[in-house]
Amino acid sequence: MKLGFLVDLDLCMGCKGCEVACKVENQVPLKSWRLRVKYVDVGVYPETKRTYTPLRCNHCEDAPCERICPVSALHYLENGIVNIDKERCIGCAGCMMACPYGAIYMDPVTNTADKCTYCAHRIASEMMPACVVACPVEANIFGDLDDPASHISQYIMRHQKDGGVQVRKPEKNTKPKHFYVGGGEVHLNPLASKREEGYNLFNKITHLDHIGGH
Amino acid sequence: MVEHTVAATNAIVTLDVPIPQVIWGWMITLNMWAKSIGTGVIFVGAYLLARYSKEVGKDVKFWMPVISFVFLNIFLLFTLLDLHQPFRMWHIFAHPHWTSAITVGAWLATLFTGVVFLMLIIALKEPLLKHKRKLPKFLVAILESKWLNDELYNKLLKAAVVLAIPVTMYTATIMGEATARELWQTPTELIQMLLAALLTGSAVFLIIGYKWSYEVKRDLAIILGASAFLSFVIYMGEYYFGHMKAEEVEAILAYVKDSGPYHVMFWAGQWIAFIIPMVLVYLSLKSRSSSLLLLASVSAIVGLYITKHVWLIIPQLLPLS
Repeated sequence: MKLGFLVDLDLCMGCKGCEVACKVENQVPLKSWRLRVKYVDVGVYPETKRTYTPLRCNHCEDAPCERICPVSALHYLENGIVNIDKERCIGCAGCMMACPYGAIYMDPVTNTADKCTYCAHRIASEMMPACVVACPVEANIFGDLDDPASHISQYIMRHQKDGGVQVRKPEKNTKPKHFYVGGGEVHLNPLASKREEGYNLFNKITHLDHIGGH
Repeated sequence: MVEHTVAATNAIVTLDVPIPQVIWGWMITLNMWAKSIGTGVIFVGAYLLARYSKEVGKDVKFWMPVISFVFLNIFLLFTLLDLHQPFRMWHIFAHPHWTSAITVGAWLATLFTGVVFLMLIIALKEPLLKHKRKLPKFLVAILESKWLNDELYNKLLKAAVVLAIPVTMYTATIMGEATARELWQTPTELIQMLLAALLTGSAVFLIIGYKWSYEVKRDLAIILGASAFLSFVIYMGEYYFGHMKAEEVEAILAYVKDSGPYHVMFWAGQWIAFIIPMVLVYLSLKSRSSSLLLLASVSAIVGLYITKHVWLIIPQLLPLS
């Protein structure tokens, strides 16, 4: 079994239901996110469009975070999930330096690294990840990539024909197990959109000046 | 602004969470800088002992382990302090993960520090035994034991030189394992780490050996000048040609290019660490001036910290997602 994720960006409407469900399910502290939805506005008025991209851990097959972790706190589960043992983590932040997707954060409460685990605890109880359940338009598709009959495999096959299935930063050779359908450069390449103060909707697009409780 | 967007798309992030920026800061710079000195004095000290043993052997045998041990401890202390869970450091030894350069480095650095500590004990044996009465009995017994002798020191030095190579270079592999930071490529960083050790090692001995003959200092000056030159060439290669490799490298280098926030700091580092020492070494070789070499050494040691810091910070400024 190799679990994977797919987000159909044509369906996503940026409601952030997945983000909130993840926060609640995993008790993610303030200023930290396992899953977030990024809004990028494209075009010039009146020809404008708002795009939404849910971003979470890619559970790479060749995960740089797992490789650099000095104590195996980050480790693979048999189902392909890259899991984290917070009791073992020493907080060196090597994983944060290694992850090309910026998917790992330093938990300010425990002072250890943390990230999306595809809700490994729910999967162990044969439940879907919280974000999948919360999505009102079924844009989040989760399942076994090794099973050609699974919903995710079928979805990939259906959209593969027109080259519509993508991963983030394939050049990093991390073999992500998180796919996107309907995405473009603006969705998946962080360098393809500007981050300018004053153009944000509700909050400042700033940087964290403090990593964890250190 | 390192991001790019075409007028047709005019893509602007309008809602996102605050993202982490500098994860590894000045403590890691200090870590690398102190490690360069701690290992560099071993490389250069071993060379001096091999070539000028009669002339400077006594001084080198004393100062080499003293300085190495002090700076290795600064390196280890700040490595520990930079951890968010420093009291779990022992996990590296109890649950080692050997694909991680952090693990390999921690083990080798610990072994290396142990070897240098034994060398330090031998180096301090004579001066300490002069104050025998003030020392605890067990320490006197240890210091007076027969196996703490020059023969053991020489054997330990060989081991120290061998261990110093991976210890000084392993950080480059950590940087290489940081897949997110495209600027750092392991082969280049390996050479930069080695050159940094030779630069600081020779600089430290030029300061300690201010009163040594100019013949010895000339050798040290050549090591200093050559290390500065090679390191500078590699940085310039990255600076001017790095953008050809990848979009990310181009975006990162924009932070040190003309209008980048680290432009001044980058060039300050290059001048203080490499250009000024190179010029001073050249002038000194022409005039046989020791004062110029002293100035070059201090400049190189200070400048290396600035250079390392800029190179550590800039890849972390890039948005990853």
